[in-house]
Amino acid sequence: MTARPLPQLTGLAKEFYGFCKARELRFQRCSECSAWRHVPRERCGECGSSNFRWERSSGRGRVFTWVVAVRSMHPAFPSDPPIAPVVVETDEGVRLVSEVVDCPPGDLAIGMPVEVVYDDVTDQVTLPKFRRLG
Amino acid sequence: MTGRACIVGIGETRYARDKAWSPTTLGLNLDAAARAIEDAGLRIRDIDGLMPFPNLSSAEEIATNLGLEELAFASTVHMGGASPVASLLHASLAVSCGAANYVLLPAGWTGYSGARARQTVMTDAASIPGGGIARDYYIPYALTAPPQWYALLARRHMADFGTRPEQLGAVAVAMRKHAQANPNAVMRGRPMTIEDYLASPMIADPYRLLDCCLETDGGAAVVVTTEERARDLAKKPVRILGVAAGQPRPADEIVSRKDIFRIGLTTAAPRAFAAAGVRPADIDFAQIYDCFTFEVLQQLEEAGFCKRGEAGAFVEGGRIEIGGELPVNTHGGLLSEAHVLGMSHIVEAVKQLRGDAGERQVADAELGVVTGFGDFGDGSIAILGAPS
Repeated sequence: MTARPLPQLTGLAKEFYGFCKARELRFQRCSECSAWRHVPRERCGECGSSNFRWERSSGRGRVFTWVVAVRSMHPAFPSDPPIAPVVVETDEGVRLVSEVVDCPPGDLAIGMPVEVVYDDVTDQVTLPKFRRLG
Repeated sequence: MTGRACIVGIGETRYARDKAWSPTTLGLNLDAAARAIEDAGLRIRDIDGLMPFPNLSSAEEIATNLGLEELAFASTVHMGGASPVASLLHASLAVSCGAANYVLLPAGWTGYSGARARQTVMTDAASIPGGGIARDYYIPYALTAPPQWYALLARRHMADFGTRPEQLGAVAVAMRKHAQANPNAVMRGRPMTIEDYLASPMIADPYRLLDCCLETDGGAAVVVTTEERARDLAKKPVRILGVAAGQPRPADEIVSRKDIFRIGLTTAAPRAFAAAGVRPADIDFAQIYDCFTFEVLQQLEEAGFCKRGEAGAFVEGGRIEIGGELPVNTHGGLLSEAHVLGMSHIVEAVKQLRGDAGERQVADAELGVVTGFGDFGDGSIAILGAPS
């Protein structure tokens, strides 16, 4: 089996995933207009400011949409059982691609409340994932 | 636009999934180009502008192998499947301002016998504008390939507007029906019903196998020049009445858009219609970039052929079939003719407006639309008019 593909830990991705390794879900927040953003960017897409802080997310959100990768299109990911990449919208209004762990794809629903968990996939990389709330 | 531009030549290779055929990417580009130049009644040395499709054959190797003598204008638009129609905009500007006289737009690839599209994205983060984002934030979660990206949008549309699988299927069935009247369509002789569609296996739920475009070998090309120069050529010119390109916001990332359904076409279409001075209701047919069925629904909405959320109902009842209110992809499209990167959609529009589409001819076709879609939702649209 091919090794699982991992993010390249450089630049802003290194900072984002570094917080995850420390069990903190943080997103960039513009110091000028207070807009949250993800994926990490050099400047704010709303006002153009380059000033930002890494602010702590509540870690809670809802399922926005998902796809079930019934047929694997990457050698590192099995099709049995199929993985379901989800888009989570956090309470801050930030959306990110992730996975809801311990949740069969058939149980997923738009609007389902979730909270962040951390998956140490290697010694270097921790991926933020989510679990069902309630 | 002064000195309106026209399409004066079209060319296509064979389109196929054939293990006994192993063309090269460059060969497909050259064969389609040579046929387009011949169709226009031009000599190879007349071509002085070249706009190749991104990341395939370079302008340098195409020019050298065709034997172009003087290349005054060479450029590539990096918008994936939106590139060919967006290149019509750039070519129009080039011939209108005199940067070039005759601009050739070739496209061709070995999508079947060569590297598959998904392998390109996986192994080369630079192959699309958001490739580094996909590598760092999508692919680690098994979101690795185009049908999966767009299935995310399809599911959300189904939830927000009640769009049903049978409505996605109506697109696939219409394309397949049209392919039966196209001698060069890979799926000619293989008709399909809505029951076949619903029974096809899930690939990227909610996308089934038959929601997905073909992977084929083939090339297509067109030649653009001014209306004045077109008067002396072999074929009556198809007029480019309006053409525009646009990008979603952000363009390099697909899940964070505030309006998740807004794509490049959303802002490009009103500009193209305004330039042409016509409305969507005036259009006789539309060749819509159909990488997946939902993208046809989305583009019909964003181009203004129906309202947001209404495309599911719009495509039912034969409305997008030949003989219907708005025939879509009269050649069979990427879904049932072949995946020729969007260039074959332009070629088909030209055939329809020339009245050369044979048994699939749309009656009294005067105005046609062609769209392109690529790289997470970049969009392009051309409104073409029959020879006057």
